[in-house]
Amino acid sequence: MTGGKLMTADEAVGRLESGMTVGIGGWGSRRKPMALVRALLRSDLTDLTVVSYGGPDVGLLAAAGRIAKLVTAFVTLDSVPLEPHFRAARQRGRLELTELDEAMLMWGLTAAAHRLPFLPVRAGLGSDVMTVNPHLRTVTSPYADGEELVAVPALTLDAALVHLNRADARGNAQYLGPDPYFDDLFCEAAREAYVSCERVVDSAEFASAGGPQTLLIARTCVTGVVEAPGGAHFTSCAPDYDRDEAFQAAYAKAAADPAAWREFASRFLSGDEDDYRAAVAAFAGEGA
Amino acid sequence: MSEDAAKGVTRAEYCVVACAEAWRDAGEVLVAPMGLVPTAGARLAKLTFSPDLLLTDGEAMLMGDVPALGAASKVSEGWLPYRRHLALVTGGRRHVMMGASQLDRHGNQNISCIGDWKRPGRQLLGVRGAPVNTLNNPTSYWIPRHSPRVLVARVDMVCGVGYDRVAAAGPSATRFHHVRRVVTDLAVLDFETPDRTMRVRSLHPGVTPAELREATGFPLAVPDDVPHTREPTPRELRLIREVVDPAGLREREVPR
Repeated sequence: MTGGKLMTADEAVGRLESGMTVGIGGWGSRRKPMALVRALLRSDLTDLTVVSYGGPDVGLLAAAGRIAKLVTAFVTLDSVPLEPHFRAARQRGRLELTELDEAMLMWGLTAAAHRLPFLPVRAGLGSDVMTVNPHLRTVTSPYADGEELVAVPALTLDAALVHLNRADARGNAQYLGPDPYFDDLFCEAAREAYVSCERVVDSAEFASAGGPQTLLIARTCVTGVVEAPGGAHFTSCAPDYDRDEAFQAAYAKAAADPAAWREFASRFLSGDEDDYRAAVAAFAGEGA
Repeated sequence: MSEDAAKGVTRAEYCVVACAEAWRDAGEVLVAPMGLVPTAGARLAKLTFSPDLLLTDGEAMLMGDVPALGAASKVSEGWLPYRRHLALVTGGRRHVMMGASQLDRHGNQNISCIGDWKRPGRQLLGVRGAPVNTLNNPTSYWIPRHSPRVLVARVDMVCGVGYDRVAAAGPSATRFHHVRRVVTDLAVLDFETPDRTMRVRSLHPGVTPAELREATGFPLAVPDDVPHTREPTPRELRLIREVVDPAGLREREVPR
């Protein structure tokens, strides 16, 4: 089929390799490609460099020991400010970290998307971002101002994982919530991008769901499309669903205690995506 | 307001007014408050002396109305997803009030981690946007528990850049740098001194100079004639209690 890129989450993850640099879209606990992250947890991939505006994606991968190096500006669950697994990994010295400012991360991805070696930014000057990242360099303006700015190196990705509301089989993808985050940039900065979505639609359906500016990702940079309803759970995926706050609270509570985490992982993360959804439905029933 | 009438004013309400004052004469800029009391202060400022301020809903929309804390906005006057928010930061038409896990006498702020960065004793959020904020737009801080653990001699990781560090980094760093105000549950402080170190602007009523000195982890001059934080006007009190924060969420952040 011309341009047909449909695959399962396991097939998408099966195309990745250990040691890769993987960008993960969304922001904090918002529209994270959690079904793809769960597929990654089921695989034997390890030694990853992860680039992310971090949320539970980072937490889950860190807890499973899959991250060799993390490039981020923060890791948060939003309604729960601190991510317990990330904290634990850092406090045990188990996570190599490249800690950048939020804007530096954006410009690093932009440089990669534009195939530039760096982009200049003011952010970072004077801060310990420069101290804890001794590889960072400054660049001096060749014009009369002579300003010295930070040269943020390109954050070129081997692969990007993102989750959107709708996509067609060719890889065009549409967001319908209030914020695109940086998912287009992650895809453009990557050699291969995998887009999961709530629903695969015919391209003709895009126009009735939202205006042309909702067509965030172009198929030219997409390698695979995964239909994953509920694929951002437990993060938010507006307008399809909000964050599952009760589930996230249970996640955060379990993550803070090793024995509780083993129980949580066994209940929710030991099977496939269908098992996950069934376990989540049972959990929701308990609260009702 | 007379002393008798002022007795009913809570510490949290003085803090709301002090936060609002940080945005007086700010003009047509985005207010980015972090925390309940600064959010109440921003909305109070917009309803009173700074009507041109822009407010976000904390997600991607600019609010055209001024809802109560915790209530949904019904009018959007603009779109501000993260990518545009970052552009607004660098364009400078914004005044942020961030939190601080640590803040030192030069205005360096830390929200990343406590202890050695390589293996922190306590991992916190990460630098977030503190570096881009402090280098590009006016920045203030809100500290709901003024203590020697927060107001420290040296921060463990410089996220928000203070006056000594920005000066050492050169003219590109200082060009748009301005740490304007620090509001705590005890006092209002700034850096309007010749050497750009922290100074007390006012003590909240009921706070003594000795109390402030003891709660600060570095030597802080507190003159005997330091003024008190101003009283809320009757209209401001009514707006805080009936419009901006009828549920009293401010009292959770700064207990009575």
